Amino acid sequence: MDINEIIKPENLVYKKTKLFTEKPLSYCPGCGHGTTHRLILEVIEEMGIVSDTIGIAPVGCAVLAYEFMDIDMQQAAHGRAPALATAVKRLMPNKFVFTYQGDGDLAAIGTAETIHACNRGENITMIFINNGIYGMTGGQMAPTTLPGMKTSTSPFGRDVRIMGNPLKITELLANLPGTYYVTRQAVHTPNAVRKAKKAIRNAFEYQKLNKGVSFVEVVSNCNSGWKMTPNDANKWMEENMFPFYPLGDIKVPQLEKA
Amino acid sequence: MGDLKLMKGNEAVAEAAIRAGVDGYFGYPITPQSEVLEHLMANKPYETTGMVVLQAESEVAAINMVYGGASCGRMVMTSSSSPGISLKQEGISYLAGSELPALIVNVVRGGPGLGDIQPSQGDYFQATKGGGHGDYRMYVLAPSSVQEMYDFVKIAFDKAFKYRNPSMILSDGAIGQMMEKVEISEQTPRRTPEEIEKQCPWATVGKPTNRQRNIITSLYLDPYVQEKHVLKIKAKYERMQKEDVLYEKIKCDDAEYILVAYGSSARIAQKTVDIARKQGIKLGLFRPITLFPFPSKELFEVSKHLKGALAVELSTGQMVEDVKLAVECKIPVYHFGRYGGVIHTPVEIFNEFKSKFLGGI
Repeated sequence: MDINEIIKPENLVYKKTKLFTEKPLSYCPGCGHGTTHRLILEVIEEMGIVSDTIGIAPVGCAVLAYEFMDIDMQQAAHGRAPALATAVKRLMPNKFVFTYQGDGDLAAIGTAETIHACNRGENITMIFINNGIYGMTGGQMAPTTLPGMKTSTSPFGRDVRIMGNPLKITELLANLPGTYYVTRQAVHTPNAVRKAKKAIRNAFEYQKLNKGVSFVEVVSNCNSGWKMTPNDANKWMEENMFPFYPLGDIKVPQLEKA
Repeated sequence: MGDLKLMKGNEAVAEAAIRAGVDGYFGYPITPQSEVLEHLMANKPYETTGMVVLQAESEVAAINMVYGGASCGRMVMTSSSSPGISLKQEGISYLAGSELPALIVNVVRGGPGLGDIQPSQGDYFQATKGGGHGDYRMYVLAPSSVQEMYDFVKIAFDKAFKYRNPSMILSDGAIGQMMEKVEISEQTPRRTPEEIEKQCPWATVGKPTNRQRNIITSLYLDPYVQEKHVLKIKAKYERMQKEDVLYEKIKCDDAEYILVAYGSSARIAQKTVDIARKQGIKLGLFRPITLFPFPSKELFEVSKHLKGALAVELSTGQMVEDVKLAVECKIPVYHFGRYGGVIHTPVEIFNEFKSKFLGGI
């Protein structure tokens, strides 16, 4: 059978969302970044807010996020995306502003910007990819690396007596008065993807309410950095990451009394 | 003529920002420049012009807020003093790399390290030679009066937008803290979003259907593309040198010798010129107003009929290097500095001048 006999509208079950550019993703096969990008773009498309959305890319694997997302974007210095987003939103309060950051960016070098943007209650959405490792620089220990987990800078496993403890920054942020919605999701199964999309949609919708930061952590794999096949990485993530970083809502908006 | 007000240099910067229609100020307290943020907070421009004023959690956050705002084509600025400006260097490099207009005000204090809070000009190299990493320059203005602190805000923004490059006002603790009368300009309305989009078609304000997406970045992984980008930036600096050099000549026309000084040092050096002239000595003052681009060509012209020049600055010898380059070794150039927050007196400059050029005191 010729391939052109298969490529027909009636056979189409899945397609590239319109807001993806034609640029092939630079992420490793099996990585959660691509799926999370897609979910964000689908939400922006479905909400019809392309002309009102500004994204902020981090330093890390997603440094080139602006190459793949067909929206106006800024590329921030390492860890500073929440500071950029703060100014963008305050100068243009009617726009939708989101940051997209990894664990090294958001929870190590950018901790001050993260905490203060969240504590001030900036009316922005923050998407946080937590894969417990520095992916782009080749698999070094991250603030979120699990105890005992091997990385290139903890080659015998993270010894917390020497290297300190992993940081559950999402729980920390949920305690701040300026966060409105804080949730932890994953994108490794169809079910998880559906839930994550709903969370991202909520996070964008809440910007309309002007109530503070909407924060979505996505616990993701890094099969290259973890040195596993994608399937093994997902299994390892379920068995090791999820017990330490349990999925689900951490802070949900209190319904206002009628 | 506009209203006259008695103000501190730092307050003049803040007032000028409001009156120039600036969209956002992001700062962090540090002596001797905190009056900029204090004046803005006290005058609540967010209730009148709609200007955003925010005290950030650090100088690092403040400069990155400036980056975010500038990326939207907005007129945004920050101010700080030496240690805080060091913290901003990464952000300034990103501004230059991403070709963003912005204003950074440095009210310089004594250093290195925590130093002290008295006036200094020890940040000249940092301001004029790049400061952060990578190949870039800022457009650097050096005010020597409170009026210039006010007036230079508008000039700095004009050049920042003309070149899509950060501008700096390099002041010092004396100019920032001293009070003088200032002529206040009329209120310029802030630009409308439509005007901003027209002026800054590159701004990230949300992608409409009728244009490609806008991206603000300083990342070009292909070295040949990066080289092209650096050449584009370099061309701006060459154009600045041709079109936007500012300087002042005081009694230079018949001078046999000159002092070269900027900022607060230039005020003191002017008194030295008066002392010398009373004694019949033909001394003049050449004051660079733009420190980058340095008025090299203009200084070279002046130097043609001179016997020598003395660079007077509150540093161990920074601007003097640009003076020597400008005069191309045609005349002797000496340096006379005071350091760590101590300022010259006019008489000690005069004595130094005499000992260098007239064979002793």
